[in-house]
Amino acid sequence: MTTTYAVLSEGLEKSFKEVRALRGLDLAVAEGTVCGLLGPNGAGKTTAVRLLTTLLRPDAGSARVAGHDLVREPDAVRRAIGVTGQYASVDGDLTGRENLRLFAKLRRLPKAAARADELLDRFELADAADRPVSTYSGGMRRRLDLAASLITRPAVLFLDEPTTGLDPHSRNQIWETVRALKAEGTTVLLTTQYLEEADQLADDIVLVDRGRVAHSGTPAELKALIGSYAEAVVADADAMAGAAAVLDQLTGSRPDFDVERHSVGAVTTDPTLTLPRLVRELDAAGVPLLDVNLRPPTLDDVFLRLTDGSTRAGARDLTDSKELVT
Amino acid sequence: MSALAYDGTAMLGRQLRRIRHNMGLLILTQTMPITMLLFFGYVFGSALAMPGEEYRAFLVPGLLVATAANGIMTGMFQAAQDSHRGVMDRFRTLPISRAAVPLGQAVGDLVVTAVGTVPVLLVGLAVGWRMEGSALEAAGAVGLLLLFRFATTWIGILLGLASQSEEAAGQLGGATFLLPLLSNAYIPTDNLPGWLRTIAEWNPISAVTTALRDLFGNAPVPTEGAWPVTHPVAGSLAWCAVLIAVFMPLAVRRYTNGGR
Repeated sequence: MTTTYAVLSEGLEKSFKEVRALRGLDLAVAEGTVCGLLGPNGAGKTTAVRLLTTLLRPDAGSARVAGHDLVREPDAVRRAIGVTGQYASVDGDLTGRENLRLFAKLRRLPKAAARADELLDRFELADAADRPVSTYSGGMRRRLDLAASLITRPAVLFLDEPTTGLDPHSRNQIWETVRALKAEGTTVLLTTQYLEEADQLADDIVLVDRGRVAHSGTPAELKALIGSYAEAVVADADAMAGAAAVLDQLTGSRPDFDVERHSVGAVTTDPTLTLPRLVRELDAAGVPLLDVNLRPPTLDDVFLRLTDGSTRAGARDLTDSKELVT
Repeated sequence: MSALAYDGTAMLGRQLRRIRHNMGLLILTQTMPITMLLFFGYVFGSALAMPGEEYRAFLVPGLLVATAANGIMTGMFQAAQDSHRGVMDRFRTLPISRAAVPLGQAVGDLVVTAVGTVPVLLVGLAVGWRMEGSALEAAGAVGLLLLFRFATTWIGILLGLASQSEEAAGQLGGATFLLPLLSNAYIPTDNLPGWLRTIAEWNPISAVTTALRDLFGNAPVPTEGAWPVTHPVAGSLAWCAVLIAVFMPLAVRRYTNGGR
């Protein structure tokens, strides 16, 4: 069986004045899968989504979405897609119900009002349906936005950072919706800054860095590539050398030290190195342990390892902003 | 074309709902011309050589046209508001007629203007203005007024879509109140210095104001001056045709390509 691609792009390029946002982006998203576009701020994720949803015209390269050429058949693409942007793309001056009815009408649904009510129920917005959207919370707006993207069942759904800044309840709801859509056969392309989100939802992750694909693969493949971080916190500074020797032998990578915390750590890609084995080996070597961790790779690890050094600053910014949000 | 009519009607519905949800703003913009009529009518009316009642009769058509010219400001503000909000992105990702969004805005604005003209006319009647011509001429005057409003709205939509921010649009839009000051809307242009008089007479507001005074039977058409003022109805129609022909396609194109 040959794979059919819901999104297929080759060499997409887009510049804004001096900034080269995309420098030849190649994407291949198989039909019915969820693809997570992961990358630091400014990597080109949003530009990619805006190009693929006909909001921007590429400077070079080509793409097909749901089988239609992006540049030559934009209206055919528009009929096949749903888009939920980073900032809620609903009308703040109208009520939730009015918004959905308007979008249903514009999609030529014969029972626009009924479809609107159905979606309001599904996204727990029935109580707020007749309030202006400007009075909604961030989570409610995002849910309405997603509902608006699902007026007709899209073949391809684009979600640009769908859960940035959302509370856990709204976030879970959006995750559930994405899973349900996938089960119905919808292809989903989502951008995110959260590795966990990509991990939870995506069949494939595409790591975007400075307008290009830096790496791609399943979440497990990427994690294996990055490796986990094994860390031992020991009783005193003198014991650090012993811990380092054990970690060096187990992981085959050079340990690093945090003298203040009496901590020694090293990266491992060995799937047989489990936490119990780590504890046993360290204990057997007589290291006076206070704490042992085997941490799966974090977002920082991903960016620092798989993107080149010049994005380090970007990755740092990202961590900061994430802390502000949570 | 039928797609445009359908989508445009849906967008008109959106526009009217938006306006309904912003009742405060609507009332403010609708009472402004009445406030100005009373203020100008009695303050200027007492200071000018023209008797007060006569000045107020002179002022009513001018104020109607000056208010219609505010279409630039309203159009600009609403288009700027839209273009800097995500909802425009959603419209652009829908398979709908490209002109539907701005057309809905322009027609919605026209509905509001038509309704808002009635109280101004009633207050005008109360302060001494009269319709001295035939009913047909009066209807022609109102039609011309609305056509002019439609034309100015497209200027506003283009400027609003091109503006950098809502605030910038608000400030630039505020400056449009100067336009009627450089016309015969509030004062006769006869005593202006030659070059200023020429500019004022070529101001579209002057042509439309003169046409309204003619059709309402408030003042005779001047026999000398610039062509649009000595032939006010033809001049007004020509001005509106030019403005619409230039600004409507530009605004639609700007909307279609917005951000691309």
